[in-house]
Amino acid sequence: MTTSQEPRNYPFGEADRLELDPTYEELRRTEPVARVRLPYGGDAWLVTKYDDVKTVLSDLRFSRAAVLGQDVPRAMPMIQDRQSILSMDPPEHGRLRKLVAKGFTMRRVEQLRDRAQEIVDGLLDEMEKEGSPADLVEALNMPLPITIICEMLGVPYDDRAEFRNWSDRALAITAFTPEEITAGFENLQGYIAELVAERRQSPTDDVLGTLVTARDEGDRLTEEELVNFGVTLLVAGHETTANQLGNFLYTLLSNPDRLAELRADPDLVPAAVEELLRITPLGGSAGFPRIATEDVELSGVTIPAGDAVFIGQAGNRDPAVFPDPNRIDFHRENNAHVAFGHGVHHCVGAPLARMELQVAIGTLLSRYPALELAVPVDEVPFKKGRLVRGPRELLVRW
Amino acid sequence: MAKWQVQVDREACIGTGMCASSAAAYFRLENGRATAAQDFIEPDDLVVDAAESCPMEAILVRDGDGAVIAPEV
Ligand code: HEM
Ligand code: SF4
Repeated sequence: MTTSQEPRNYPFGEADRLELDPTYEELRRTEPVARVRLPYGGDAWLVTKYDDVKTVLSDLRFSRAAVLGQDVPRAMPMIQDRQSILSMDPPEHGRLRKLVAKGFTMRRVEQLRDRAQEIVDGLLDEMEKEGSPADLVEALNMPLPITIICEMLGVPYDDRAEFRNWSDRALAITAFTPEEITAGFENLQGYIAELVAERRQSPTDDVLGTLVTARDEGDRLTEEELVNFGVTLLVAGHETTANQLGNFLYTLLSNPDRLAELRADPDLVPAAVEELLRITPLGGSAGFPRIATEDVELSGVTIPAGDAVFIGQAGNRDPAVFPDPNRIDFHRENNAHVAFGHGVHHCVGAPLARMELQVAIGTLLSRYPALELAVPVDEVPFKKGRLVRGPRELLVRW
Repeated sequence: MAKWQVQVDREACIGTGMCASSAAAYFRLENGRATAAQDFIEPDDLVVDAAESCPMEAILVRDGDGAVIAPEV
């Protein structure tokens, strides 16, 4: 296959609500391994087939570490120079990953389900007191994952106004200036460093405490790795789940048939969460690529060593794997979506996110049989210029 | 040294691909679920790490005497 034409600009444009840009589908048909031009750092490859996406995510010939500190193709001006678990390759990656993996297994997370239910019930009681209509983003979507990740990590919930603000900046692409984005990260690092110092005075058995012990007694990670791991867990632990909850509720409340189906059969909630994970393109931009460390062939195209590859947003809509891919179907068999990634970096928070989403959606639907959007669908405001998509406000009445 | 035994509970596996990616010599995905490439292997910490990182605790590693090496519970 030849790719003689001019590379397309990527990202294709500002994300529009939860629409998947039709260019992805076109490319999958015409140029499944496509040349794209990024705003910074030059040209890269974009894959759109499910199998290629999985290969790029899991084949160790594609490196995350090779991005660090390099002028790679990317959507934002800054060069990625902050070390994190997401910028590590095996075997270093595994050294960090196994330090926290135990705390986030399905079994451990199931033990938190009752606590999650209690938090949701309490938040909805508060929401009712304020009366209908209410903004679900502030009433439920943000406070639920923040409370849980705070309790797991050992981060004081009372500090949320500050770290929410920093994390909002840290996850921006164009919504803030590069200086503001960097400052957001640095504030988060300083904050976690303080909590680490406290644990050296009085040890704790939360996740941060476990990491401090692993550093001080086992020398199993560096101080920088320790602090950045705390930052990653705090940010990834709430932003993604909160935005996805908003996205899922927006999708349900604007699809009356699916909503009715779910109300009629609450046992479908876990399958509905999986299908919403599949159909929702969470990423709002291009993120960071992976770099081929040797020549790799993908769908007949040779990716030369040193080239950057983006997985885009289209793997979950490949009709070869998901028949009628743009349809929301709560009865898909074998819904093997890659919404949590694939391979070594597969989301450590996947069981936790699934549980939180199931509890929140299940409870909202059973508690409010008449729940509906309080504004016309196309007036729901979405965030802009950020790594992840999500409604800025989700006004509902019940 | 006595060989280790590696087992994958395919009912519990959700196919994250983590083990097959980090320890490709020992695990592969078949129909979306992991399976051990060989049941008995020379001792290698890679499989211990894979078992410690599996979110479903679906990988079991035993030493030559049948004692569980990983995962720690
Ligand atoms: C619906 C919510 C979530 C979604 C859609 C999501 C998605 C993802 C994806 C796609 C990756 C892989 C990124 C890559 O390979 O480049 C990832 C990694 C990660 N996620 Fe999540 N995530 C969610 C919730 C969470 C939560 C609740 C936590 C809290 C612990 C978390 C922590 C992490 C961490 C630490 C990584 C890096 C793992 C590694 O590099 O080994 N995520 N997530
Ligand atoms: S890490 Fe566990 S869940 Fe993931 S593929 Fe391997 S056995 Fe299955």
